[in-house]
Amino acid sequence: MVQMSQPPSIPMVRQTAGKGAARAAARRRGRNVGGANRRPGWVTYAVMTAVLAISAYPLYYAFLLASSDAVTIAQNPIPSLIPESNFFTNISRVVNSDINFWVALRNSTLVAVLTGISVVFFSTLAGFSFSKLRFRGRRPLLVFVIATMAVPTQLGVVPLFILMSELGWVGKLQAVIVPGLVTAFGVFWMTQYLEHALPYELIEAARVDGCSMIRTFWHVALPAARPAAAMLGLFTFVASWTNFFWPFIILGPSNPTLPVAVQLLQASYFQDMSLIMAGVVASTIPLVLVFIFVGRQLVSGIMQGAVKG
Amino acid sequence: MAIATPPRRPKTSDAELDTPASSPSRTTSWRDRLGRLDVKVSPYLYIAPFFILFAVIGLFPLAYTAYVSVHDWHLLGGQGDFVGFQNYVDVLQQPRFMTGLRNTFSIFLLSAIPQLIAAIAIAAVLDANIRAKTFWRMGVLLPFVVAPVAVSLIFSKLFADQSGMINTLLGMVGVDAIRWHADVLASHVAISTMVNFRWTGYNTLIFLAAMQAVPRDLYEAAIIDGANRVRTFFSVTIPMLRPTIIFVIITATIGGLQIFDEPRLFDQLGQGGADRQWMTMTMYLYELGWGAQKSFGRASAVAWILFLIIVAVGLVNFMMTRRIASTGGPTGGKR
Repeated sequence: MVQMSQPPSIPMVRQTAGKGAARAAARRRGRNVGGANRRPGWVTYAVMTAVLAISAYPLYYAFLLASSDAVTIAQNPIPSLIPESNFFTNISRVVNSDINFWVALRNSTLVAVLTGISVVFFSTLAGFSFSKLRFRGRRPLLVFVIATMAVPTQLGVVPLFILMSELGWVGKLQAVIVPGLVTAFGVFWMTQYLEHALPYELIEAARVDGCSMIRTFWHVALPAARPAAAMLGLFTFVASWTNFFWPFIILGPSNPTLPVAVQLLQASYFQDMSLIMAGVVASTIPLVLVFIFVGRQLVSGIMQGAVKG
Repeated sequence: MAIATPPRRPKTSDAELDTPASSPSRTTSWRDRLGRLDVKVSPYLYIAPFFILFAVIGLFPLAYTAYVSVHDWHLLGGQGDFVGFQNYVDVLQQPRFMTGLRNTFSIFLLSAIPQLIAAIAIAAVLDANIRAKTFWRMGVLLPFVVAPVAVSLIFSKLFADQSGMINTLLGMVGVDAIRWHADVLASHVAISTMVNFRWTGYNTLIFLAAMQAVPRDLYEAAIIDGANRVRTFFSVTIPMLRPTIIFVIITATIGGLQIFDEPRLFDQLGQGGADRQWMTMTMYLYELGWGAQKSFGRASAVAWILFLIIVAVGLVNFMMTRRIASTGGPTGGKR
């Protein structure tokens, strides 16, 4: 672009550079006058409101049904937008039903927290090694890690089940926790992050001060990784909270996680929608609460991952 | 999927890293040696957990699936005789196999394509300089934190054949009730809707991030060349999004072809309908292994076939990526 001390007038731009350029220049100038950037019109907000309604309504619908009763639901296919008064009654029916709700809630929490912590720890450890340490075979090993993300490991369920029954872990929580202790996505994510976020100087300073490798990791790499680690932990938490296929196969109804338990409601009480939806709401509320507080981080996590990955 | 080349290490050599600053030579030579060992071994030690775990719960099961698939193998009875490819023959001869394959691909296409279009469109709207960005972004992401099981239970009620909300709404505008749980295509549409509900917002954010990474000069240049907004979108934004689109397609393929949760819970029986109208491959695998037959051999045969299909589709994707990347101009470098 040509540097000019005084911007030329719009008609002059039209004469020298053509109509399109004049329009662009006018637009740009308008922007500069009006502040930072042009604000979009009401259509944008209308579209987004519709999108938001679509993404929130099904959840609200579940809540409406959960606060109603079987007869009302059968009579009104479209529930009134104002909730009825049976919500807590229905929740307590879910809690007291034979689906082991409290066990499921405890199990889900335990699995989500433990895998969250473990994935963050081991992924950061591996990410530190891949991004900052030098060793033979580093590149091919990293490529291998990335390639494993494309492997449909869910298809190995049969041998995994055999393995777990050899170990005597069928129906036990460790059968769900152990396979999720570290993920390829996590390793890749932390490698990418530490690449930029952890200066070599810091590592060298720690080494010069006589830190062993593991202490360097603990005192230098782990603190530097904190923002990305929080996002990874959050992701892992959500993923394990919503996971169904493997827990469904290995755990069974006596020691379930929440999705496994809620699914039982449908099998045993399929007539009573208010009860099923109360189960849906009860199993979803914890994660929605988490989302309200840290959803912002989840959003920026996904967006950063998209640009970097 | 190529990743960005990491910057070369700065000139620090291993030797420098090895030697703690003040090591008076002789007396602490064992310390030295320990330190050197630390530097040599630690990198491998730190990445070992992933590789060990992947070997045990990823690689070994996949390989062992092949072994199980050529044996008579009962869920409770365990390993039986070697039967060669009998399990594959049995499975391939069952009409249900083809039904499952058809359903899987149909549901996959019905969810992947509309989702991609919707996500790009919503991302384009969000890419405008909108007020309260975080609010809208969190709004589109909300469905992502709802478990597929919950999504499925909610939507199977919405799509109920009788007294379902959607059929009632359709009735109001004069459309006959659709048999969501009986018709093949209708059930696929309903199930795809669940998938789209949960994943569109997530992919929207990925596309939004990619859109915001498009250099603004490109838009300026397009405008100077006289392009209007629509033209700019199709001639600048979309081509710049190509690598991201490919990435989203690949991840959607790997996940989508293994779909289980949503169709499993579409009715209370979980078998994919009376005629298996919406039974997917993974559901078939489950039915063979843990259903009436309890045949791990056949379930493994299905798993291997599905694995090969996913690899094949992945390779097709990859080759398309290569072609697009080489013709796609300036976008080739990213991802």
